[in-house]
Amino acid sequence: MTTDLGQFALYCAILLACAPLLGGYMYRVYSGQRVLLSPVFKPVEKVIYRICGIDAQASQHWSRYAVTLLAFNAAGWVLLFAILRLQHLLPWNPAGLAPMSSDLAFNTAVSFVTNTNWQAYGGETSLSYFSQMVGLTMQNFVSASTGMAVAVAVIRGFAGRKVRDLGNFHVDMTRGVLYILLPLSIIAAIFLMSQGVPQNLNSYVDATTLEGTKQVLAQGPAASQIAIKQLGTNGGGFFNVNSSHPYENPTALSNLLQMVYILLIPAAFCFLFGKMVNDKRQGIAIFAVMAVLFVGGFAATYSAEKAGNALLTNSSKIIADPGNMEGKETRFGILNSTLWATATTAASNGSVNAMHDSLTPLGGMVTMLNMQLGEIVYGGVGAGFYGMLLFVVLTVFIAGLMVGRTPEYLGKKIEAREIKLAVLAILTMPIGILVFGALSATVPVAMTAVQDAGPHGLSEILYAYSSATGNNGSAFAGFGAGMPFHTTLQGIAMLLGRYGFIIPILAIAGSLGTKNVVPVSGGTFPTHGPLFVTLLIAVILIVGGLTFFPALALGPIAEHFAMLAGIAY
Amino acid sequence: MLNLLRPAIGMAAVMTVITGVAYPLAMTGIGQGLFAEEANGSLIEKDGVVVGSRLIGQKFESDRYFHPRPSYAGDGYEGDNSGGSNLGATNRELVNGIKVRALDLSAENGNRPVPIDLLTASGSGLDPDISPESARFQMERVAKARNIPLNDLEELVAAHIEDRTFGLIGEPRVNVLMLNLALDEMSS
Repeated sequence: MTTDLGQFALYCAILLACAPLLGGYMYRVYSGQRVLLSPVFKPVEKVIYRICGIDAQASQHWSRYAVTLLAFNAAGWVLLFAILRLQHLLPWNPAGLAPMSSDLAFNTAVSFVTNTNWQAYGGETSLSYFSQMVGLTMQNFVSASTGMAVAVAVIRGFAGRKVRDLGNFHVDMTRGVLYILLPLSIIAAIFLMSQGVPQNLNSYVDATTLEGTKQVLAQGPAASQIAIKQLGTNGGGFFNVNSSHPYENPTALSNLLQMVYILLIPAAFCFLFGKMVNDKRQGIAIFAVMAVLFVGGFAATYSAEKAGNALLTNSSKIIADPGNMEGKETRFGILNSTLWATATTAASNGSVNAMHDSLTPLGGMVTMLNMQLGEIVYGGVGAGFYGMLLFVVLTVFIAGLMVGRTPEYLGKKIEAREIKLAVLAILTMPIGILVFGALSATVPVAMTAVQDAGPHGLSEILYAYSSATGNNGSAFAGFGAGMPFHTTLQGIAMLLGRYGFIIPILAIAGSLGTKNVVPVSGGTFPTHGPLFVTLLIAVILIVGGLTFFPALALGPIAEHFAMLAGIAY
Repeated sequence: MLNLLRPAIGMAAVMTVITGVAYPLAMTGIGQGLFAEEANGSLIEKDGVVVGSRLIGQKFESDRYFHPRPSYAGDGYEGDNSGGSNLGATNRELVNGIKVRALDLSAENGNRPVPIDLLTASGSGLDPDISPESARFQMERVAKARNIPLNDLEELVAAHIEDRTFGLIGEPRVNVLMLNLALDEMSS
């Protein structure tokens, strides 16, 4: 317990120390100021813009920004789809793996382009090294940088005074990759290799075990992909079981680094925001909201897993301490597994170091709720922050209604257009989760994917569609998502969850950018104090709670009480 | 349309070259140079034959060896087919499986209660470790099968306990393959 608290405190301290520094650095990068790496990357940037015929000086209207982004993502999708379908003809395929089926390739390409990284396949049994490196690692970078670019553009709109344009997508995207993602990935990849994460192009190794049987050890260029999968809140593992695989996450230190990387950029965005709107308190207020929800979620998951599985803890033949170890690794134990589970679902990362399907009912519910709230508790890189801004808009609107005043945020009047767009975006979560989930629970062929009987079966469906729509990518992996019904519907949910947020929030930013700033007066509702923080937390929980409580009651909550009553299914 | 397509395709191509080819290959080069052993899978050779990886658990069923946790990686500890049980907490297969296993293991090991990690499958199915309690739990059985004094085994297990990093991070654990290798060495 003491060491558990100590580990949690250490994790929080590292994040608190690093996030403001990175936020400041990102501010300089995105505003085009000179940074330490400029002498290296400035010339590279210029070459890229020349090759691609990009006018780096041209600033884009929000609609142009969105269309440019969509075109780039579409090109990336086509490229990845082609690689997955043709991997048997491409190099670096020592295990001789066959091409992916078309529905699975559709799902996988959508998954990686939308920064979801849901994996309906097992890495070591389905993908060649070429597909992993050239196909997936590349999308790990650019899908992350796309989300970051959108967030930066959106903040420009919120911060700007009578500006028509939000910046240049290509420039933001390129800078995000070169100055932020690439250097941090290189550091992490080197550290991970030192801890034992493989990075080679060797064939799988045949070993003869001590008892004389044969064991095939999968290999590959894993470290380079794992570094960016954590940093970019991608989460798509190199191996089937993601970061619970001892090659993917061999030590306590590799685990700590990966956990820090999961929340690093999302947390840094709060401080970047403070700098861009020239009022640090605004960023800190949002950081505080995220921190409260994060710590609360962690405490709930941790205590549920520590209490263990009530169906087993009363047996005289079982030492129940340290808690529910099904699906967890010895080297991580309860603390590191639950801290990771909270971080990865709060951050739309989706990598796992323990199997979420085997979490206790309440532990599993928190991870699900994190996603259902809209992936805004730090959230995905960029995506979490612009998602949170939607709730900010909604909160100042509600506060305005309470006092009968036109709502304002950062001096900008929030009007009907912004509210309509915000509600439109927030509605994508219930559509993707509840509507698609209900469809899956009623179509017989879809139900064959469900592994567990009883309420846990519903939880598996809910989790799958929460993960896809929230662009998280983690799974209750007993759910057989590999069938065409789900690969297709999940693909649609991922697209909805990504672009159903990006387009409305860019439109809001575009509209706010053109507005003038109203001077602060006695009637202005301050958006940096504890009152606002409390109100924002309440709005998030009420919207999320009202929307998803009925479904959660039938799934994890019902399962929890069944477990306490000694019922197994 | 063309002024949209050219940058989109160009950027996809350039980013593929930088992040999909140059970056992983550069990392491969650095890894092979600086951490050749780790980057190639931390393999263990005995008499010129690869017997496994320090990081990957393997199956042990003989009484003469310490046993690892249950595994759902293929038929158990398949190094190219990682997987957990993914069974929910109220799944009858999970609950009954664990209860039966607890009875069996307890009977094999002096009727003592069984540590939970030895009854539950890890997430990867390749967990190389067990808890120190689970190692001590099996000592008597191994000592009897090998006909060696229990004291020697206690020392061997104690020497193989990896503590938390810096006394704080991670969990104490025993690497089963390393322990069993040492056991073979001690016996020979």
